[in-house]
Amino acid sequence: MSEPKVTVCCTVNGQKVEADVVPRMSLADMLREELHLTGTHLGCEHGVCGACTIIVNGAPVRSCLMFGIQAEGAEIRTVEGLADGDTLSPLQRAFWEKHGLQCGFCTPGFLMLATWMLEQPEPVTEERLRHVLSSNLCRCTGYTNIVRAVTAAAKEMGKWAESAAA
Amino acid sequence: MKPAAFAYHRPETRAEALALLAEHGEEAKIIAGGQSLVPAMNFRLARPPILIDINAVPGLDGVREEAGQLVIGARTRHATFEKPVTAGPLGTLLARVAANIAHTPIRSRGSWGGSVSHADPASEWCCVTRGLEAELVAESATGRRSIPAADFFQTIFTTALRPDELLAEIRLPLFGPDWHCGFAEYARRAGDFALAMAVVACRVEGGVIREARVGLGGIASTPVTSPEAVAALLGQAPSPALFAAAGAAGAAATDPDGDIHASGEYRQDLVKAMIRRALVQAFA
Repeated sequence: MSEPKVTVCCTVNGQKVEADVVPRMSLADMLREELHLTGTHLGCEHGVCGACTIIVNGAPVRSCLMFGIQAEGAEIRTVEGLADGDTLSPLQRAFWEKHGLQCGFCTPGFLMLATWMLEQPEPVTEERLRHVLSSNLCRCTGYTNIVRAVTAAAKEMGKWAESAAA
Repeated sequence: MKPAAFAYHRPETRAEALALLAEHGEEAKIIAGGQSLVPAMNFRLARPPILIDINAVPGLDGVREEAGQLVIGARTRHATFEKPVTAGPLGTLLARVAANIAHTPIRSRGSWGGSVSHADPASEWCCVTRGLEAELVAESATGRRSIPAADFFQTIFTTALRPDELLAEIRLPLFGPDWHCGFAEYARRAGDFALAMAVVACRVEGGVIREARVGLGGIASTPVTSPEAVAALLGQAPSPALFAAAGAAGAAATDPDGDIHASGEYRQDLVKAMIRRALVQAFA
């Protein structure tokens, strides 16, 4: 079966981009293979591990469970958009300082998930942080240092609230 | 882990979507959130030759109240329900349920209508839809019909929807303040498919339960109701002993299959606990 390509126009990290894709190409593959943004990692390719989490139109999504063709007109943010040149975002710096990564494969997904959470209006409590971070898998850190990193960033950004039960 | 090739349609009106379904229904799949469909396609368990993407169709999102019902647009995302969408016990119940559905990024894409159309027996919205006796409104190029939840779920991954039909709305009863609602499920890890779940709604008048609905999920090929648990509750005053008795009555009438995740006996024991916990929550 011949597979005609379709041109998709969207915004990635503030820049208008175009990509020619076949309908079955995932958004993650479109970012990596057509737009050469290889910071978004693909782990399981069925929506379980969260390594490919990005922000689409203000919501965290698994980019392996969207097709690139569905991103027509979308505002997309990936891990490449977090740092300002060589200056890391507060969250990225916290991951560095608290050793929130080891092999680094899951890190882009955790960074985008936590970036989204820290931009929400509600304050971040320990309970909410653990609930949201439970979305993604890490096979190195045992999660403790990821929790420490996101907690530190939330405190630095004035988003932290002590849990009522604490 | 790449899906098979498919032709892609992105209708921009409901009429266009229904016309596409009329033309291609047998070989087409509707995609809304895609959070169950795309994994199945990536594993090539599903190979639809045509995808009809309804994300650009206006009027399928959001909730409204109408004639004693909460009308849920089929494409309304799970995340919408994380905060109560209506005052009263139903809004609180749906928020409690939503927190149990998969994970945050899944909830931002996945939709209520997609979930019930997929009809996974371990789906929380399927359990709520069946347990609370919702109505499901389907549309096709030839008309619109309402399907009671009791007739909608036929077996695993199979519903009463015809190939040319689009699920448009789910209608739940808007419970008044004299109703008490609760939900409980058990999964080994956060976000996993639950091994068993229960939803309950009870109307109390003069200190005793006058009406009750109990739904169970994750234990059979479809979500089910528990007339035995309801019978145990009716005419009784709410108490911890009654909640335990209703759980025992409900569980005794089930015969869950065992699988790699849990034996049938274990699931049956979970049913007892989930009914009891949902009732404790409802009357807390």
